[in-house]
Amino acid sequence: MAAVRTSSEIALNRVAIAAVLIATLVFLAPIYWIASTAFKPKELAVSVPPTVLFQPEVTPFVRLFTKRVQMQKTVDPQVYEAAPWWEKRIYDGGERVLKVGKDVQLSQYPDRFMNSLIVAVISTVLAVGMGTFTAYGFSRFKIAGEADLLFFILSTRMLPPVVVAIPMFLMYRAVGLNDSHIGLIILYVAFNLSFSVWLMKGFMDEIPKEYEEAALVDGYTRMQAFFKIVLPEAATGIAATAVFCFITAWNEYAFALIMTNRRAQTAPPFIPSQIGSGLPDWTTIAAGTFLFLLPVAIFTFLLRNHLLRGVTFGAIRK
Amino acid sequence: MTQIELRGIEKFFGAVQVIHNLNLAIADNEFIVLLGQSGCGKTTTLRAIAGLETIDQGDILIDGKAVQHLKAADRDIAMVFQSFSLYPHMTVFENIAFPLRATRMSGGEVDKAVREVARVLRITDLLDRKPSALSGGDMQRVAIGRALVRRPKAMLMDEPIGALDAKLREEMRAEIKRLHVKQGSTTIYVTHDQIEAMSLADRIVIMHEGFIQQVGTPDEVYSHPANLFVAQFVGSPVMNIAEANVADEAGAASVMVGGAPKGFEFPRALLSKLNGHSNGGLTLGIRPEGVLVRHDAAPGYMPVEAQIIEPLGSFDIVDLKVGSSMLRARTKAGYVSGPGEKVHARIDPEQAHFFDTASGKSLGVRL
Repeated sequence: MAAVRTSSEIALNRVAIAAVLIATLVFLAPIYWIASTAFKPKELAVSVPPTVLFQPEVTPFVRLFTKRVQMQKTVDPQVYEAAPWWEKRIYDGGERVLKVGKDVQLSQYPDRFMNSLIVAVISTVLAVGMGTFTAYGFSRFKIAGEADLLFFILSTRMLPPVVVAIPMFLMYRAVGLNDSHIGLIILYVAFNLSFSVWLMKGFMDEIPKEYEEAALVDGYTRMQAFFKIVLPEAATGIAATAVFCFITAWNEYAFALIMTNRRAQTAPPFIPSQIGSGLPDWTTIAAGTFLFLLPVAIFTFLLRNHLLRGVTFGAIRK
Repeated sequence: MTQIELRGIEKFFGAVQVIHNLNLAIADNEFIVLLGQSGCGKTTTLRAIAGLETIDQGDILIDGKAVQHLKAADRDIAMVFQSFSLYPHMTVFENIAFPLRATRMSGGEVDKAVREVARVLRITDLLDRKPSALSGGDMQRVAIGRALVRRPKAMLMDEPIGALDAKLREEMRAEIKRLHVKQGSTTIYVTHDQIEAMSLADRIVIMHEGFIQQVGTPDEVYSHPANLFVAQFVGSPVMNIAEANVADEAGAASVMVGGAPKGFEFPRALLSKLNGHSNGGLTLGIRPEGVLVRHDAAPGYMPVEAQIIEPLGSFDIVDLKVGSSMLRARTKAGYVSGPGEKVHARIDPEQAHFFDTASGKSLGVRL
């Protein structure tokens, strides 16, 4: 690298920064739209032209978490005055919150959200775990037909998953796996495993086998060497693979829509089902989507250093 | 007290045999260097001793006990790799302590052992660093420390300083020697660098294409190479090799090379030691320092012409045309002024080696 930068290099650098900024804006635009809609008053959600400046409110979130019905007549002023702030917002919209006795009835959103979390976390752990072991085997041992096996593993991704959804549904119903967490987890693990194996194989190949050999000579078994040396070295790869598997499982829509409807339904098929009758309530949907984005964003944010660090290893000379 | 013995080792990679009937006995505290070009089987031999490679035939005995079926972990041997193989996610301290963590040693003892090794290797200041923050030489010290800390039965080193630059290599060579003298342990060291081999080894094992070519002290392999391969592999600049004919000439033996009409004068005793090789099938080997050069004529010297002169600082290498072949001679710096200069040369009979051309084996002639 030149110590003194020429003017053309500076210009090029500025162009690059501008390009990155524009790309970032383009990618963030839908996120912004979801986030802003989630805090908009209902009537501004679909205004033409779009409303950019508005007084943000959390009413969509209140609606998201509660069961409500339309009111036939206006609310009794005394009841209105006695209600907490969030219930007033519901009354303001011409609805009332459903209650059993004094207990507010929650919507199904928290349950569906929880289902998503359970299915995505468990399927990610399983897919990455199995993928890591499998990749290690492929990377370190001579396996008859290794290339064919790897191709076979990848070939499971060559079909759009929806194509097999109907037969899968029939099979699942026959064995009682439909609308169950375990059923979805099995599907997502099967779907993510090929990806996980291939990605982890690349990372495993990058880890010099001398590390393990050193550990073997130093008095460790292969299993110990795997856990003490290979796994820490593969942390970057595991993190990257986990992020991708988690995102895939978290956002999966088609299988979730077909295989689940109540008990194990995840958030993606649930959120649009809340459009409801009459006018679509876009702000409530946006609020659900906005909250749904957060776990992935947080997960990715926490692992960002691993994702950015890449696969450079400092202490080996090749 | 550790003796290592290799008996009839054979190793195949697929259909390719990489080690042929290898036999070697290594004495306690001995520093053995396996020397050879890449692909000669030296590293495979080392890895077989370590337990990182299986063998197809033969026995590996450590203190008389066959270990070829034992896992690497159970052989109580330490190894230093060319790549150093320091664990990047551990500090220097943890790297050195790693072999001890596999044992039931208490934390206090581990700490003591690591600090002792660090003191010997002069890396105490570096104990808290990560390997990525170390220089090449220090990485290698840590790698050696990790091998030493367990006080293993034997140390195996696979080109441990091959990855360092020339100056550091020289420094570390001296350091390894110092450590071996001080700590004393049976050591097997693999290298392709003959200078490393000569300076470190008690005995050198020269390998080529899976066969041991010669086992001997540095002086033996240098002064009495067993065959043409060893003759040309050991020593720098490389030994001169030329087809030779020997004739009986008026009370002396005359060794003719490169079809030159006149031969170099040798003692008559040579004739009786050639076992019928005087008329063909004979190869003369002479190191450049065994080719003596002077400006003026003298008895036994032959007039020759200098062709190329390579100045190497403290000495020059001069290519002399003898018949159709070229003999490289080592002279004082600047002794021959330039190409084309006519000088006189002879071969020092005491430094000459004779080989059977077909088999390459030394005829063992000593004059």
